[in-house]
Amino acid sequence: MFVDYMKTIRERYLKLGYEPYRWFHADDNIVPFTPLKKKLKNSKIGLLSTSGAYSVGQCAYHYKDDTSIRAIDKNCALSNIRFSHITENYLENPRKDPNCILPLRQLLKLEALGVIGNLANEVFSCMGGVYSQRRVLNETAPELYSRFSDQEVDVVLLVPM
Amino acid sequence: MVARFLEGKGIPTLCLGSAYDILNAGKAPRSVFLDYPLGHSCGKPFSEKDQDDVLEQAVKLFEQITEPGNIVILDKQWEDDNWRIDASSTAASDTRQPRDQSPQFQHAADYDAAVASGAI
Repeated sequence: MFVDYMKTIRERYLKLGYEPYRWFHADDNIVPFTPLKKKLKNSKIGLLSTSGAYSVGQCAYHYKDDTSIRAIDKNCALSNIRFSHITENYLENPRKDPNCILPLRQLLKLEALGVIGNLANEVFSCMGGVYSQRRVLNETAPELYSRFSDQEVDVVLLVPM
Repeated sequence: MVARFLEGKGIPTLCLGSAYDILNAGKAPRSVFLDYPLGHSCGKPFSEKDQDDVLEQAVKLFEQITEPGNIVILDKQWEDDNWRIDASSTAASDTRQPRDQSPQFQHAADYDAAVASGAI
């Protein structure tokens, strides 16, 4: 069976005496869907990771509803990738091998193989542990849409953590 | 939420995640699930083969998924199931870090680098 994270975290927080955790539940009846306009092999791919990735020289994330994003060069040396996320316990392996949560090497390989057209020159990250759905919708999402639009990407791969 | 926002604005998206129930609640337009511990949605650490498999299978779903709804489950397994015990534990412990507005650099030297670059 798959791990039931929502139930587990709800119960953990109740035992700690916190308010019940309010998970996002999307409206089942309305799922937006945009068909691809080009073949994948001709498409430019944008990437968002919510793992709290940043590169050396950039500011790390803070853990109190940080809604900011970082743009990381797709050719950034993996030894210069860092992570800060409120659930640092999940970062043990990503901090040793960033590609297990930030798929730069893999996507560059798929670009070289011609499976995808190309990866946008910069990929984006944010810190996914934001407890305000309103702020994600009003701040992070529009900023990402603006940045992806500027990049003229055809599709976006999101890797939530 | 971000996937739905981008998709609504006309950008096709695909979510690659390792929490089935959260993907299911979020109802992203295209979702693919990898049953690995959180933090490994793009493959096993130090296994280029596994990581390459995961990403190749995932990105191909951009073309294979033609309507919103079902979560595609990748046919891959972690070495053993021991990780599920901790991940499912409801013991009253808070695994989060303290919440404040100071940047949490992975290494102290990253702070110096951010100052030197003008990011701070």
